[in-house]
Amino acid sequence: PFGGPLSSEMSVTLDIKLKRANKVYHEGETVAGVVTLCCKEPLQHNGIALSMDGIVNLQLSSKSVGVFEAFYNSVKPIPLISSSIEVAKAGKIPGGKTEIPFEFPLISKGNKVLYETYHGVFVNIQYTLRCDLKRPLLAKDLSRSCEFIVHSQPQKSKIVPTPVKFSITPETLQNVRERSQLPRFLIRGHLDATSCVISQPLTGEVQVDKSDVPIKSIELQLVRVETCGCAEGYARDATEIQNIQIAEGDVGHGMPIPVHMVFPRLFTCPTLETTNFKVEFEINVVVILQDDHLITENFPLKLCRV
Amino acid sequence: MLDGTDPLSMFAATETSAAASHSSSVGDLGRKRRVKEEEALGADFEPWSTKRGEILARFTTTEKLSINLCMGSDRGKAPNPGSSAVSEKVRTRLEELDDLEEGSHRELLNLSQQDYANRIEELNQSLKEAWSSDQKVKALKIVIQCSKLLSDTSVIQFYPSKFVLITDILDTFGRLVYDRIWTMCSDPRPLPDSFTVEDVNDTAKETCLNWFFKIASIRELLPRLYVEAAILKCNRFLSKSGIQETLPRLTAMIRGMGDPLVAAYARAYLCRVGMEVAPHLKESLNANIFDLLTTFRQISGDSVQKQLHLQKVEVPAYLMLYSPAINWILQCVAYRAPEPLLTEMMERCKMMANNALLLNSIMRAFRPEFVATRATDFIGMIKDCDESGFPKHLLYGSLGRSLACADPPESERLTILNEAWKVITKVRNPQDYMNCAEIWVEFTCRHFAKREVNTVLADIIKHMTPDRAFEEAYPQLQSVITKILMYFHDFSVLFSMERFLPFLDMFQKDSVRVEVCKSIMEVFIKHQLELTRDPVILNAMLHICKTMHDSVNALTLEDEKRSLALLIIGFIRMVSFGRDFEQQLSFCVEARSTFCNLEPVLVQLIHTVNQLAMETRMVMKGNHSRKTAAFVRACAAYCFITIPSLSSIFSRLHLYLLSGQVALANQCLSQADAFLKAAVSVLPEVPRSISVEGKLRSSESFLLDFINNFLATLLVVPDHPEHGVLYLVRGLLNMVQDYTWEDNSDAKVRIYISALPLLAAMSQETYLYSIHKVDSNETLYGGDPKFLSEINKLCETLIGQILDHLKTLTRDEQSMRRQSALAFSLFGVLLAHGDLKNNKLSQLSINLWNLSHKHGHSETRVSIRTLESIRHQAQRPDMAHLSDTIQRLALQSRT
Repeated sequence: PFGGPLSSEMSVTLDIKLKRANKVYHEGETVAGVVTLCCKEPLQHNGIALSMDGIVNLQLSSKSVGVFEAFYNSVKPIPLISSSIEVAKAGKIPGGKTEIPFEFPLISKGNKVLYETYHGVFVNIQYTLRCDLKRPLLAKDLSRSCEFIVHSQPQKSKIVPTPVKFSITPETLQNVRERSQLPRFLIRGHLDATSCVISQPLTGEVQVDKSDVPIKSIELQLVRVETCGCAEGYARDATEIQNIQIAEGDVGHGMPIPVHMVFPRLFTCPTLETTNFKVEFEINVVVILQDDHLITENFPLKLCRV
Repeated sequence: MLDGTDPLSMFAATETSAAASHSSSVGDLGRKRRVKEEEALGADFEPWSTKRGEILARFTTTEKLSINLCMGSDRGKAPNPGSSAVSEKVRTRLEELDDLEEGSHRELLNLSQQDYANRIEELNQSLKEAWSSDQKVKALKIVIQCSKLLSDTSVIQFYPSKFVLITDILDTFGRLVYDRIWTMCSDPRPLPDSFTVEDVNDTAKETCLNWFFKIASIRELLPRLYVEAAILKCNRFLSKSGIQETLPRLTAMIRGMGDPLVAAYARAYLCRVGMEVAPHLKESLNANIFDLLTTFRQISGDSVQKQLHLQKVEVPAYLMLYSPAINWILQCVAYRAPEPLLTEMMERCKMMANNALLLNSIMRAFRPEFVATRATDFIGMIKDCDESGFPKHLLYGSLGRSLACADPPESERLTILNEAWKVITKVRNPQDYMNCAEIWVEFTCRHFAKREVNTVLADIIKHMTPDRAFEEAYPQLQSVITKILMYFHDFSVLFSMERFLPFLDMFQKDSVRVEVCKSIMEVFIKHQLELTRDPVILNAMLHICKTMHDSVNALTLEDEKRSLALLIIGFIRMVSFGRDFEQQLSFCVEARSTFCNLEPVLVQLIHTVNQLAMETRMVMKGNHSRKTAAFVRACAAYCFITIPSLSSIFSRLHLYLLSGQVALANQCLSQADAFLKAAVSVLPEVPRSISVEGKLRSSESFLLDFINNFLATLLVVPDHPEHGVLYLVRGLLNMVQDYTWEDNSDAKVRIYISALPLLAAMSQETYLYSIHKVDSNETLYGGDPKFLSEINKLCETLIGQILDHLKTLTRDEQSMRRQSALAFSLFGVLLAHGDLKNNKLSQLSINLWNLSHKHGHSETRVSIRTLESIRHQAQRPDMAHLSDTIQRLALQSRT
C-alpha cells in the first residue's frame, strides 16, 4: 500500500480511444469509446471520471486591444457543454491493460446550440473529453484529454447552387491609383456557387482571354473573417486560411482553367453568426501579372453543411 | 497538441499517433500486388522503365545545374492581398509546408549532370529513411520540394532527364503511401487484389483521407498536381469512382501551367500513373493529348521564345524536348485503341496544319501496322508540314522506323521508297542524313532486291565520303551492314552489289573495319551451306578475310587471333573448285600468302592440301597418271614448305607425319622420306615444357604419343636406297638418345621398349599392313638375312640399353617402383613379340618377371591375368614351349 509513489506513477498510462476513426459526432449522438489503463502492478485509485467540455474561446487581435478595453468581458470563453460521468468507482485496477468502455451522450443543456468545431485565429470552438483518475495520497492524479469533433446538424433547407459570373478588366477594378498605367487584360470566369457545401470543393473556371502582360500566377485565397464583440463595439479581422495556386506562368489564352479548392477540415465551419461572435468566409481570386500588378476579385462565401 | 491552427500541424499530429501501429512487413505484399496490376496492362505495352534509360542517355547537358530546395522565389514576391491581417504565426505555419526543414533553405549551385542525379538519388534515399522512421510529414515535404524542381526550366535541354529522375521519387512516394494504407487493412488477413471500399477499415480510410486533404492544401500548383497524381491509386481505398473522377480533374488542372513544356511532362506523368492504375480510362488520356495540342501555339508565343533566346537554344532542339512526353502520351492513347481514334488523331493533325511535332509522335506511338497501311497518307502529311522548326528527316526517320517492322501495301512500296529517299538524299548534315538513311535501309532490304539496295548504298557513299564524314557515323554505317546481312544471305547476290565493297571501304578505323568483317563472316559461316567456287564470292571474301588478317599485329590478343582464325578457316572450308584440283591448290597458295600471320589458318591450309592429294588419289583409284603424280607432288611440296613456318612445334611434328603419310599413300617416296626426316630432325627442338591453354605443362607425354605414332608409320616406309638399312629408325632412336629428357624420367627407355615391337614386325615375312603400290622393306629385302641380322643387332642394343637403365633404378622406393614397371613392360613386349623358344630370351623374360616382382611393387592382379593369358597361349600347339616358361614364373605372395 505504501509503494514508492514515483515508481507506480511511471508505470501507469491513461488513454482515451474513440470508436469513430474520424472522431466526428453530431448533437444527440453518443460519444462512445474506451478508457484504457496500462499498469504493471495493480493500481489503487479513488475513482475515474470522464468529463466533456465544449467551449468557444475568443481572442482580440493585438490591434484591437486597448481600443476595445470597454468590452473585455465579451471575450470571456463561452461554455457550450459541460458534463461529467463516473467511469469507475474507487477501487483497484488489476495489472496489465484494462479497457473501460464508456458512452457519453452529446446533448446540450438548455437552449445552447452546439456550434461546429472550428480552429481559427480569434475564434476557437473546441470540444474535449477529459479523463481524470484520482489517486490516494502521495500519488499524483492522472489526467488525459482528447479532442473530438462536432459537426453541426445538416441544414434543413436545400441549397440551389447559383453560379456567379465575373469579368475582370482594368475598368472593373477599385482601389486603383493610376488606372492609365494599367496593362490591358480581360479575365473572365465563374464560380459554380458561393453558397457552398463545406464537404465539397469550391469549383468554377477562370479564363484569361487577353492580357498584354503575361500572367505570373493565379491564386485562390481562402480568407476567414472573424468578428468578436457585442453591441458596444466589435473587432473584425480577416486572415488567410490557405492560398492555392491554380495557374502558374504565362497560361494559354482562351483556355478555361479549373477553379478547385477543398475546404480544409477544422479550419472551416459552416458560416456562423451569434450574438457574441461571427465566423464568415471569403474567397479571393488573385491574378498576379509578371510586372507584379496584383488583381483581386473578392467573393463572400456562405458555407453550410448538408 | 492543440496549439496548431493550420492543416499541417494537425496533420502531423494525427500522423504520428496513427503511425504507431505501423508494421514493417508491408513491402513484399505490396510489391506482389503491383506486379499483378501491371500485368493487367499486357506485355504489348512498352513500359516506362524501358523509356527511362533512353531519355537519360539522350537529354544531357554540360551546363551547370542547380537545385533549390526552398521557396526562395515565393518569399520575395509582392505581399498577398489581405496578408497584412495575417498574423506572423499563421504566415510561418503556412510556409512551413514548403520548407524541407524548418527554416532551411538549401540551394545547390554549379552541379554537373552527374552531381544532380546523385543529389536527387540522395533525396530519394532520405525520403525512404524519413518514411521508415515514421516522419511522414518530412517525407511529404521532400516530395513536394522535388516536384517543385520540375517548374524550373533553366538548362532546358536537361528537362526530360530531370523529369525522369524526379518522377522516380514520386513513384517511390506513391508506393510507400499505398503500401502503408494497404497494410493497415491487412488485419486479420491481407486485402484481396480485387478489394472494394467495403473491405477497407475506418482507420485506413481516415489516414488515406488525411493524405488527400493534406495534398489539397499544397500551395503551389505543380507539386499539388504531381503529388496527388503520385498517390492516385490510393483512391481505391476511398471510393469506387475515385480514380475515375480524379483523372479528369487533374487533367484539367494542368491547363493552369503556363510553360508548355512543363505542362506536357505533367501530362505524361499523369498518363503514366493513369495507365498503371486504370488503363481502361481512355477519356482522360485523350483529353490530355487534345489539351496538349491546343497548347502548341504557346510554343511560338513570346514567353517561350524569350526563354529560348536567353538560353540560346534553337527551336528544333527545343521541340525535340517534347518528343519523349508526347510519344509517351500517344503511346498510352494508342494502346489497344480502336482504329477510329487513331484516324481521328490523324485528322486532328491535318487540322493543325500537319504540326510536325505531333505528326512525328503519332508515327512513333501508333502501331507500326497502322502507320504502315497509311504510309502514303503520312508521306503526304509530311510533305505538307511546315518546314520550320522540326526537320523533315526526323519525320521520315519515324516513318521508316514503323515501316521497318510492318509492311505497307505492296503496290505503294516503291513510291514510298522513292518519296522518302528524295527527301533523305537532300539532307545536308551527314549525321542527320545517316541517322535517317540507316533506318530506311531496313525497309529497302525488306522489300526490294539488289538493285535498290545498291542504289541506297551508292547514295550513302556519296554523302558520307566528303570530308570523311563517315568517321563520325561508324555505328550507323555498321548498322546498315547488319541490316543488309539480315536480309541477304545469298552471298553471290550480296557481293555482286557493286557498291557493297566500296561501302566497306568507308570503315577506315581498324577496329571498326575488323568488327564489320567479322560480322559478315559470321553470317557467311552460318548461312553459306554449299561449297562455292563463285569468283565473286571468293574475291570479296578473300578481301574481307585479308582485312581481318591484316589487322593482326603484335598487340592483338590471343583470343582475338583465335576468333579471326576460326572465321577465316570457316571460309576456307567452304571453298571448293570441285574436280578442278589445280585451281584449288592455287587458291591455297594464294591463301597461304594472304593469311601467313595466322597459324591456325596455315594449319587448315595444309590439311586442305593433304585432303586434296587424297581426293586426287581417290579419283585415280590409287593409280596416278603422270599428271596427277606431278600434282600430288606439288601438294607435298606445298606442305613441305608451309610447315616450317609454323611456330608450334607439335603442329609441325604432326603435320610432317601426316603429310608424310599422305605422300606415302600417293607413292611419293622421296617426299615422304623428306617429311619424316624433317620430323626427326625437329625432335631435338621440342622443349621440355609447353604451354597448354595458358598453363605450362611437361611435353613428355605429348612427345611419347607422337613417337609411338611415328614408329607405327615407319613400318611401311621403305628404306632409302642411298642410305643404310633402317635409316629412319636409327635416326629416330639416335634423336631419342640425344634428347635431353627430364631428370628421373623413363621416357627414353619407354620409347626403346616400344621400338621393339616395330623391329619385330619388320622382321616378319609379310607385314601387318602395307600401302597400295608402295613396296615396304619386306619386298625390298625379301627377308634377307643381312637385314634380319641388322634388326637383331638393333634389338640387342635396345635391350642392352634398357637393362642398363634398369640396373640404375635401385636407389630408393621410388626408383624401384619404376624399375618394376619398366621390367614388366619389357617382359610384356618380349612375351608378345619375342621368340621365347630361344633359351636366352626365355631366361631374360623370366629374369625380368622376377625383377618386376622382386620388391613387391608389381600389381598382383595384372600378374595373375598375365599368367592366365600365357597359360591360355601355351595350349596352342606351336606355343607349347611357354608351358616351361610358365613353370618358372613365380608369383610372389605379398607379406
